Amino acid sequence: MKRSWSIDRKFWPLLITVSLFVLLYIYGIIQYRGFSSPQVFFNLLVDNAFLMITSIGMTFVILSGGIDLSVGAVIAFTGVLSAWLLNHFGLSPAIVIPLMLLMGVVFGATMGAIIEFFKVQPFIVTLAGMFFARGMSFVISTQAQTISDPFYRTIGLYRIHLWGKSFISANVVIVAIVLIAAIYLAHFTRFGRTVYAIGGNEQSALLMGLPVRRTKILIYTLNGFCSTLAGVVFSIYMLSGHGLYVSGLELDAIASVVIGGTQLTGGVGYVIGTVFGVLIQGLIQTIIMFQGTLSSWWTKIAVGALTLIFIGVQSIIYSSKRKRMASAQRVATATTTAPAAPATAGD
Amino acid sequence: MNDNTGWWARLRRTGIFWPLVALSLVFLFNLIFSPQFFRLEIKDGHLFGSLVDVLNRGSPLMLVAIGMTAVIATAGVDLSVGAVIAISAATVTVLIGSVTGESQTPMWIAILAALGASLLAGAWNGLLVSRARIQPMVATLVLMVAGRGIAQLITNGQIITIYYEPFFFIGGGYLLGLPFPVFIVAGVFAFAWFMTRRTAIGLFIESVGTNASSSFHSGINEKNIKLVIYAFCGLCAGFAGLIISSNLKSADANNAGLQIELDGILAVVIGGTLMSGGRFSLAGSILGALLVQSVSTTIYSLGVPPEVVQVVKAVVVLTVVLLYSDVVKNGLDKLSQRQGVPS
Repeated sequence: MKRSWSIDRKFWPLLITVSLFVLLYIYGIIQYRGFSSPQVFFNLLVDNAFLMITSIGMTFVILSGGIDLSVGAVIAFTGVLSAWLLNHFGLSPAIVIPLMLLMGVVFGATMGAIIEFFKVQPFIVTLAGMFFARGMSFVISTQAQTISDPFYRTIGLYRIHLWGKSFISANVVIVAIVLIAAIYLAHFTRFGRTVYAIGGNEQSALLMGLPVRRTKILIYTLNGFCSTLAGVVFSIYMLSGHGLYVSGLELDAIASVVIGGTQLTGGVGYVIGTVFGVLIQGLIQTIIMFQGTLSSWWTKIAVGALTLIFIGVQSIIYSSKRKRMASAQRVATATTTAPAAPATAGD
Repeated sequence: MNDNTGWWARLRRTGIFWPLVALSLVFLFNLIFSPQFFRLEIKDGHLFGSLVDVLNRGSPLMLVAIGMTAVIATAGVDLSVGAVIAISAATVTVLIGSVTGESQTPMWIAILAALGASLLAGAWNGLLVSRARIQPMVATLVLMVAGRGIAQLITNGQIITIYYEPFFFIGGGYLLGLPFPVFIVAGVFAFAWFMTRRTAIGLFIESVGTNASSSFHSGINEKNIKLVIYAFCGLCAGFAGLIISSNLKSADANNAGLQIELDGILAVVIGGTLMSGGRFSLAGSILGALLVQSVSTTIYSLGVPPEVVQVVKAVVVLTVVLLYSDVVKNGLDKLSQRQGVPS
């Protein structure tokens, strides 16, 4: 019953992520001139809006103990397909954008259904989805297509001025809406709790009578939706579409989720952590850019190393937690069996 | 009749039955739609033709598939093979150098260094998986992301072109009328087959893949088995890197072996090795790799735009995986029982 004022261990990974972000930011401000400009921070949001959205979707998948490798390909495909539809058919964005989102929903639901009904590992199914989406975008066009639609251009070039000279793009507003919706979904709905339950232990979730099948399909559907939304946001940001764009993005998304403190085996983590995971990756990129002499491939190495460190930290935290739980259980069973012992002896 | 069902049942039981069926289907398709696929010619004492092409172009994939089979058999996966290929290619080209037709370091040292680097990269994966207890997918993901960065560091961010003639033999040379890479694959395969089927190591691998902790309790050094297997997988990727860099006469840290990890996994899965570990089939994986390569070659020779290859691969993976899934298997079993077909 006693409440200690120390922070619950479950918040530790999140706390480490946030403090790492703050420390990196302070390092940047001390080290480089112009880093303290608020625009540096807002650029993190502007440049990583699509990654943020798709990583948020990925968080749900990983929380449930699954994985989705198709997100990068789906984003590229969305870009190519919408550019094609806009340019060649002169379709209105009012049709194209909902169509793209619908496609994401169908794509995600199909993969989820295959994973669930055929009991195939998500890894393989989404790998096939990745091949499919990348291939289809090259089937549509092998060259980069510029989007000249006035609506896309207006939105893409629109600047929301905050204070001083700093601004954000319209995409950041979409991210904010997605983030709020995701936090609500993960922490305040029955769906969210089921996702955590499945990630914790699918068998127990099933035995508890939770709608495991439906929820798992819904998770992939949600992620399909998020990745096409990210695709729309990305095509607004780039104002073009190409099948080669964002190759390897799925790894960035997974890294963001892991750096954000979500456990890869599922069941533990927070949506807000993922946001910081993305921000840290963006920050590393920015610092390397400010540094000037380091090449951009150091970003890859740094992100890889960071992912590793975070997995290490997580496994230390959770293994010590498991040990404590195990010892607590031993004590509990010892106390319950103790009174029973004399009774059997009496017989 | 009885005899007939006997060998049929035996063949069906072996791991390579379904991959053989799939490969025959692709060949049958070619027989009908592009018969020139089977044409073999001898030019300058070398064998030429689409079939030789499949063997030649598919050799890096076959090498990767051999290593990947062993890793998947331990219930793991190695996503870093593409990056390791890049590292190996970068190492060998940097050591040989791009200045003149001369090699800056003796070629055998350059090759050994590249293989050593790949072995080291694989061992690093193995350490993360066996000692740090990180899920294989993630542990190798790290090297997949960081490995290309390392390769970039080795080449200093440039695409290095080499002009040293003897090195080209590895990827482009011919021996006894066959492309030299085929012999590398044969050598690695023979080694892997001998180690897994003529020594106890194969049994240990299957045991670790089926249940790592019970293997540990029955006295198998589960950690070292995993370590060695990941290192071996790195070495296989290293050989593939040598072939690719020799073929392209250059090392491109960004694109060497790009997405080969997916093809490798595809080959292994088609070959009948389950992703959940345990029993594995090296021959099946080789057939799987050949299947993947012949699908690509078929598509090219049909004049279909090469972009379609990925879509076709996706459909093939999905079909194969669904065919192997328990749901379909059980359904088929029920069906054959109802009809009274002896299986």
